[in-house]
Amino acid sequence: METAISGAILAIVTTQKDKVASGVPVFFAKDQEEVQRTCILLSRVLKAMTHDLENGVYILVRH
Amino acid sequence: MDKTIQIIILGIIVGTAARIYMLRTDYRQYPSYPHGIVVHVSLGVLAAALASLAIPALMEKEYTAITFLSLAAQQFREIRNMERETLSKLEELSLVPRGLDYIEGIAKVFEARNYLVMFTSLVTTSVALWLGLLAGIIAGITTILISMYLMRGRFVRDIATVKPGKLHFENSLLMVDDIVIMNVGLEDQREKILKDGIGVVVHPKNDNGRAILNNLGQRQAILHDVSILVGNKLEVGEPDLTPLMRKDVDTGKLALFVVPNEKDLECVIEAIYRTPILESAAYYPLKSTIGKSAAD
Repeated sequence: METAISGAILAIVTTQKDKVASGVPVFFAKDQEEVQRTCILLSRVLKAMTHDLENGVYILVRH
Repeated sequence: MDKTIQIIILGIIVGTAARIYMLRTDYRQYPSYPHGIVVHVSLGVLAAALASLAIPALMEKEYTAITFLSLAAQQFREIRNMERETLSKLEELSLVPRGLDYIEGIAKVFEARNYLVMFTSLVTTSVALWLGLLAGIIAGITTILISMYLMRGRFVRDIATVKPGKLHFENSLLMVDDIVIMNVGLEDQREKILKDGIGVVVHPKNDNGRAILNNLGQRQAILHDVSILVGNKLEVGEPDLTPLMRKDVDTGKLALFVVPNEKDLECVIEAIYRTPILESAAYYPLKSTIGKSAAD
């Protein structure tokens, strides 16, 4: 079994700089399209699931 | 040939036949590997041999021979451990795991089958000693059939009804009817889920069914069986397609979400119905006075 962090926020993707602070890697995107694209890429790389917080902030969590 | 030897051989043959009959491979595909079958048949032969010797040994006033049976019990407990270990290891690389409860159930079945073999051989040799070889064979076959009938277990069909549900999104939340399944952030995946996914609602028939379906091991067993029977599109790096079951806390009904290989609702419903009820999940609150009065 591979050792992996699960149940923790691995990354944040957002267009809104005022909504997030540091603590986990944050990726700022210029528009919604870039947010989705970045989320897909990070999902694949981190084997994590993208969740939408419905305020313009997307988090990546491995379950 | 000496009559006692004939009876012992008969007991071994009937017992081994019982083990082979119980080893039918079904959709769960376990143990489908030839070596797995060899392991179980060999142990079945041993069980049959030990049990076949017991009654003739007693007739010869060899009372210590009976202690061999306790030795057998020790051996067969090992089988349970072996099955548990193997299946738990396979679990690590499984996309939709069986869950510990299902594994424990399977392991227990493998142990119990050896005792059934011993019981069959015991009955066969006793009857054969008493009434002759032919009567022994008939008694053996009857024992196999009766024990298979008693050990068949129950299925989800007995405790719940399954109805189609409406798969839809409320903003980012995937829902089946009014039950939330999960939060999906990727728009592409939302489209895919709506296009290929299936949502059904499992309604427990009574409070017993509700208690059984409340067990996470039972839910995982259902998801595993559905994934095996209808396939699923879950892939490493695409967790959005994970099949899930979630409960409506007020009514106890459960929503099941799966993205099968073929979008065939009837097959998904039938797969749920065919899932066995796990012994470790089988609670029957309605059998108690408290449960009964709390249910109305």
